[in-house]
Amino acid sequence: MGIELGHFAFSLAFALATVSALAGLLLWRRAALTPYLQQASIIQFLLVGAAFASLIQAFIVSDFSLKLAKEHSFSAQPLLFKITAVWGNHEGSMVLWVLILVIMGAAVAAFGRNLPRDLLSLVLAIQSLIAAAFLGFTLFTSNPFLRLDPAPFEGADLNPILQDIGLAIHPPLLYAGYVGFSVCFSFAAAALISGRLDAAWARWVRPWTLLSWTFLTLGIAMGSYWAYYELGWGGWWFWDPVENASFMPWLAGTALLHSALVMEKRSALKIWTVFLAIITFSLSLLGTFMVRSGILTSVHAFATDPTRGVVILILLSLFIGGAFALFAARVGTLRAGGLFAPISREGALILNNLLLASSAAAVLVGTLYPLILDALTGETISVGAPFFNLTFGAIMAPLLVVLPLGPFLSWKRADFLGAAQRLAWAAGLALFFAILAFALTGASVSLAPLGLLLGFWVALGALAELADRAHLFRTTIMTSLRRLIGLPKSAWSSALAHFGLGVSVIGIVAATAWQAEEITTLAPGSSVTIDGYTVDFGGVTQQQGPNYAADVASFTITAPDGGKRIANPERRAYTASGMPTTEAAIETYGFSQLYLQLGEPQTDGKSVVRIWYKPFVTLIWIGTLFMAAAGFLSLSNRRLRVGAPRPARTRVATE
Amino acid sequence: MTRKQKRFAIILGIGAVLALAAGLIFVALRDEIVFFYSPSEIKEKAVAVGTPIRLGGLVKKDSCTKSGETTRFVVTDGETEMPVSFTGMLPDLFRSGQGVVTEGALDTTGGFIASNVLAKHDENYMPKEVVKSLKARGEWQREPQAVDLATDTCSSRNLKTLAETAKGG
Repeated sequence: MGIELGHFAFSLAFALATVSALAGLLLWRRAALTPYLQQASIIQFLLVGAAFASLIQAFIVSDFSLKLAKEHSFSAQPLLFKITAVWGNHEGSMVLWVLILVIMGAAVAAFGRNLPRDLLSLVLAIQSLIAAAFLGFTLFTSNPFLRLDPAPFEGADLNPILQDIGLAIHPPLLYAGYVGFSVCFSFAAAALISGRLDAAWARWVRPWTLLSWTFLTLGIAMGSYWAYYELGWGGWWFWDPVENASFMPWLAGTALLHSALVMEKRSALKIWTVFLAIITFSLSLLGTFMVRSGILTSVHAFATDPTRGVVILILLSLFIGGAFALFAARVGTLRAGGLFAPISREGALILNNLLLASSAAAVLVGTLYPLILDALTGETISVGAPFFNLTFGAIMAPLLVVLPLGPFLSWKRADFLGAAQRLAWAAGLALFFAILAFALTGASVSLAPLGLLLGFWVALGALAELADRAHLFRTTIMTSLRRLIGLPKSAWSSALAHFGLGVSVIGIVAATAWQAEEITTLAPGSSVTIDGYTVDFGGVTQQQGPNYAADVASFTITAPDGGKRIANPERRAYTASGMPTTEAAIETYGFSQLYLQLGEPQTDGKSVVRIWYKPFVTLIWIGTLFMAAAGFLSLSNRRLRVGAPRPARTRVATE
Repeated sequence: MTRKQKRFAIILGIGAVLALAAGLIFVALRDEIVFFYSPSEIKEKAVAVGTPIRLGGLVKKDSCTKSGETTRFVVTDGETEMPVSFTGMLPDLFRSGQGVVTEGALDTTGGFIASNVLAKHDENYMPKEVVKSLKARGEWQREPQAVDLATDTCSSRNLKTLAETAKGG
């Protein structure tokens, strides 16, 4: 019964979203309509929320008369995986996608009270239009509420690779990021329709950009860590189409975050900012299309169906095409903003945007090129890591070089030499660390020390900004400390985000350049040594899990300092689905990790074992945590709240 | 600088950055892509020893010999066969009759040294590229051949355990 109610609520949400979209687009000039649109947005959220809850309830009680539960759940699954199984498949994940979309719409309705009414009406109408399109898509091509008669006795089990805590965290975060950019898109379209495009608009859009960007950062980082420990290849990024699909909106969103800053502060880059807002959500939609249509071969499993892909492609072209048509029609009416010299904060942020946009374009070209070449010449190719490492690396390197300088440059016209001088100690220290690392490890001549230098430069440069603002060493320690605490949140958050980026870069370079790998066959009682760590093999035993049987190996790791730890990598066979999986064992030492993967046990008791030593690998994800923390810190800034009163026109910049 | 000069400098800078990025992408697209071949295409196109390529096809039935961490198997497209040697861990679902994509290069003896065997965590999955090349050779069958996992030399012990459990009840 619950499922039928859920189905009904979902259909009702579709009808309501359609009506809201039409009414809002036709009558947005009438202020009287706005409260109704606000209520409708909140009701859409309640309806889709109820539908989602009905699915969760059916999965928890293992109601296999629900086709979706039969195909993707199993009665012996732990409770957490019964719940996450709801979105561990195409149909259910679409419901989650739509749920987050209507949550965003409801949030705009709830927090947007101080927006001009016509703009709010338009934003909600466009948000409803997107919701209607994807509610309809879910209902008509991927209905999750279908029943089976007679009801089967047992389910087919969730794909074992998805039976992991990662499924509880990664998709909701990633979707919140993806879908959050729909709000920026709606704001952009609303601004183009109403012609209201000024510095205030940038201030309204920025919190949504920040929120989506923060969630997307966390979502991508979580997904990367999940793939790292679950897929058992020891890699954390494969430049796979599905990864690129989430990375392109992140790059565009990062650019948007910075260009909206210029627009808010200096009223410049208007056209470009609106363009980016459209592009970012378009790339999110493109990602959704690529992931679900199965048009590109990916390592990250997901049920795919080409016919659904066609529908998404149509929706994609309608939204992107519509937005760009609007853009083209209105672009002539926009006036250029404040003037600035090439060497200035604006100039630095333009360079940031150029390089981020170029890198997103490089990723886009690399991801779609196999499709294009296949269509044109029939040749099958793959564009892999070498292409992306070269292009992305070469575009990112200059960005990292200039990044620490940006915050030291003043708006309009800046003193480049002065900025460079204030950063001299950061540069010196970074150089010292890079040379030290090079001397200690004696790495063969490669780009690694250079990469490390860039990482330290970015991280220390961010600290230098804080130190400089606190007048460190120019006044007493206490005054500096007081100044530091008194710094605006925006200063803290930008320094924190840039510091996090530097930390990630250090982790990426160290884990890539100095990793050690060993593949060998071990007999019980024998051992292997890798980078100072001795790994003793104790043998393999058979064990029974809740819904799988496993070969569990026992290893004793002796660290260089003499400490001992036990590690148990497994090979599992899930009985319900007939799927085998490999579970790596990962031991963390400081920031570094030892990664053990068990190969096939052989008849004579020996086993193939693959071991990686990954120095400083955890810094990659720790860095992203800094970035996300910076995002939340910046969001807590009162000035950025959508609900905050509109400042007077004569407001002067406080920084 | 005058207003005009400022604008000119900025536009010049933007143009230069974009041109460099575009050039980089073009060069990389020429040099850094990897072609996908079936065993027959490798023969037809006389691929040079050492060129990184992707080889795809079906794992020939019972063609696997495992010694320690190295597995030798044969990839076929129905017409031509290519012996492959791979050191490392095979994907969990690797077995006879399955579609595979491997990355690596030809060695001087005419065999293929794979550095990577691409995995997909779905039982019924058949790589798109393999389907395309098999269709081109008329070897494409919608239903994969039935393989007795218990005696298959290619499947892992896990798959064998699963096959036995399925038989037992």
